[in-house]
Amino acid sequence: MTTVAAKPATMAQALQRAMRDAMAADPTVHVMGEDVGTLGGVFRVTDGLAKEFGDDRCTDTPLAEAGILGAAVGMAMYGLRPVVEMQFDAFAYPAFEQLISHVSRMRNRTRGALPMPIVVRVPYGGGIGGVEHHSDSSEAYYMATPGLHVVTPSTVADAYGLLREAIASDDPVIFLEPKRLYWSKAEWSPDAPAEVEPIGRAVVRRAGSSATLLTYGPSVPVCLEAADAARDEGWDLEVVDIRSLVPFDDETVCASVRRTGRAVVVHESSGFGGPGGEIAARVTERCFHHLEAPVLRVAGFDIPYPPPMLERHHLPGVDRVLDAVARLQWEATS
Amino acid sequence: MTVQELPGATAHPAWKLRTDPAPLLPDPEPYRVLGTDAVDGLDSELLLRLYDALVHGRRYNAQATALTKQGRLAVYPSSTGQEACEIAAALALQEQDWLFPSYRDTLAAVARGLDPVEALTLLRGDWHTGYDPREHRIAPLSTPLATQLPHAVGLAHAARLAGDDVVSLAMVGDGGTSEGDFHEALNFAAVWKAPVVFLVQNNGFAISVPLAKQTAAPSLAHKAVGYGMPGRLVDGNDVAAMHVVLADAVSRARSGGGPTLVEAVTYRMEAHTNADDASRYRGDAEVESWRRHDPILLLERELTGRGLLGEERIQSASKAADTMAAALREQMNAEPLLAPMDLFAQVYATPTPQLRSEAEQLRAELDAEDGR
Ligand SMILES: Cc1ncc(C[n+]2csc(CCOP(=O)(O)OP(=O)(O)O)c2C)c(N)n1
Repeated sequence: MTTVAAKPATMAQALQRAMRDAMAADPTVHVMGEDVGTLGGVFRVTDGLAKEFGDDRCTDTPLAEAGILGAAVGMAMYGLRPVVEMQFDAFAYPAFEQLISHVSRMRNRTRGALPMPIVVRVPYGGGIGGVEHHSDSSEAYYMATPGLHVVTPSTVADAYGLLREAIASDDPVIFLEPKRLYWSKAEWSPDAPAEVEPIGRAVVRRAGSSATLLTYGPSVPVCLEAADAARDEGWDLEVVDIRSLVPFDDETVCASVRRTGRAVVVHESSGFGGPGGEIAARVTERCFHHLEAPVLRVAGFDIPYPPPMLERHHLPGVDRVLDAVARLQWEATS
Repeated sequence: MTVQELPGATAHPAWKLRTDPAPLLPDPEPYRVLGTDAVDGLDSELLLRLYDALVHGRRYNAQATALTKQGRLAVYPSSTGQEACEIAAALALQEQDWLFPSYRDTLAAVARGLDPVEALTLLRGDWHTGYDPREHRIAPLSTPLATQLPHAVGLAHAARLAGDDVVSLAMVGDGGTSEGDFHEALNFAAVWKAPVVFLVQNNGFAISVPLAKQTAAPSLAHKAVGYGMPGRLVDGNDVAAMHVVLADAVSRARSGGGPTLVEAVTYRMEAHTNADDASRYRGDAEVESWRRHDPILLLERELTGRGLLGEERIQSASKAADTMAAALREQMNAEPLLAPMDLFAQVYATPTPQLRSEAEQLRAELDAEDGR
């Protein structure tokens, strides 16, 4: 096996490489969306694919999200594996009709005759100073729709591996790309045997013993930083990267919480009706007797995503995570 | 077996086209006024007013673009090269009418009288909409594409039901015409005979995607016909032609004639936004050829040729633009006043208990920050 030395790569480059390798390995893989061809996508994640595989395999579509995803449904019916790019989180909303009425339930409705091996790539989340409609975290809407897988990477290597997995999946996958991590770098070798867990598994990114931070996507680096900071105060925090919101890895998550006895869920999207509620409930149901304190949540406020000049007050940062950790000193009287 | 052989296959005798499509069809060539006889029908004061507004608009675009380079604006989708469309759109409307701009149409909002700083809050990153839409009758600049078009239809419809003399003018790009909302809006407007004018600025590209990959229609104006409304094709760099066509469409709407779709053929001289690299998808030669068809150049040539525009007027227009630019620069250099606690204002008419407790949390954090 030829090994390519690890070099610094960005998450955007790893995602691009994942599509390229998938397209080379399987002629049914088609990439499509707005500006994905000549421009290589507004984040350059599809850079070079049209040149290498032609316009029919990497297609600049008309500007119509419902049309893009609806056409992908028909393509999947005919045996292709469409990888669709939605340009920004809030611009995927016109496609919800197709997603919810068709993509998510086609397999079930047809008793398995029409599977939907579609990947919908959605750059999501805030922290890049985008104007309105460029920073939403829509994962709760996707999670609430049975029939979809919902995954999100937090590292360069996982971005590659998870996207390969998503493209290989015979079910539709909502692939949420944390856009503020697009330019995060890591030493990474595309040809080295990457240790990537499949869809449906969570990963312990940092082992610890006094409490567990349950998180995913853009909040993983925040939690790792918080864990470093907490060490000075005597807290040895474990950080679990959930990676796959649907299916959810109860096993890894609960094993961690049972070990530490305390848990905080951290995410950017609004807390009320958000993913943290589901996660906290599952953990409580399964680990009740192991818990020393209620499962806490640190989330974005329950407000429409604010203008960029105020987003730092909205996004859960290290301080809010540490505050929650401090509240894990639960006493029955409090 | 051919259709004719089928029993009863002849057209039903009562069937006929519902309307004559011929008058709905757009001109085969973009309508032009400058450099043609049609210009004689226009008042020279109007032409000079348009000239002043174009010069003003060009400087506004240049100043806003410069502000992105200084980090004072997060992003600016420039309408340089498209000023004739922006100005004509604003000036075609009466006080009581409503403008529904897209994110690129800050200039139209400013030309309608909106304070430039208020118009830029979205793009600067402080409040999403820095003005009261009702006060100015300008809807919030719309970032999701084409979603403002059904709003324009609904407002115009409601106004008509109320017996009010109000027209909506809604702006959208060539790319936006592919969205479902565009089609639904046109259809509603035509069925309801709503007093709406749809203005498509066809500036050649949707970010990187050229018109040919957006539509196979002969022109975007042709799309009108299928909905039962007239489509007009205009030279979007000819401000006089834009004025004539929009004024006509607005008065048609006002008098109960229903909606019109206007396609303005123009060109985006700058990149999509300051974050875009236009060299990836278009060449200099194309940009240069459009530079020779610049809206200000076209009007200046016409006016000087007819002895209407002298050095004095050119100077005074330029000076007025300088004054506006200097004031804008100065106001934008002042740090915006932002109150973090405003995050919780106006989410609901009455804040929920959750929001009240989240507000308390932020208040405590801010106090702690201040105390540090
Ligand atoms: C629903 C939706 N999808 C995608 C986008 C991202 N986006 C912003 S501008 C743009 C291109 C718009 O092109 P066009 O309508 O021609 O207007 P122009 O920018 O040329 O004025 C795209 C794809 C968006 N704003 N809204």
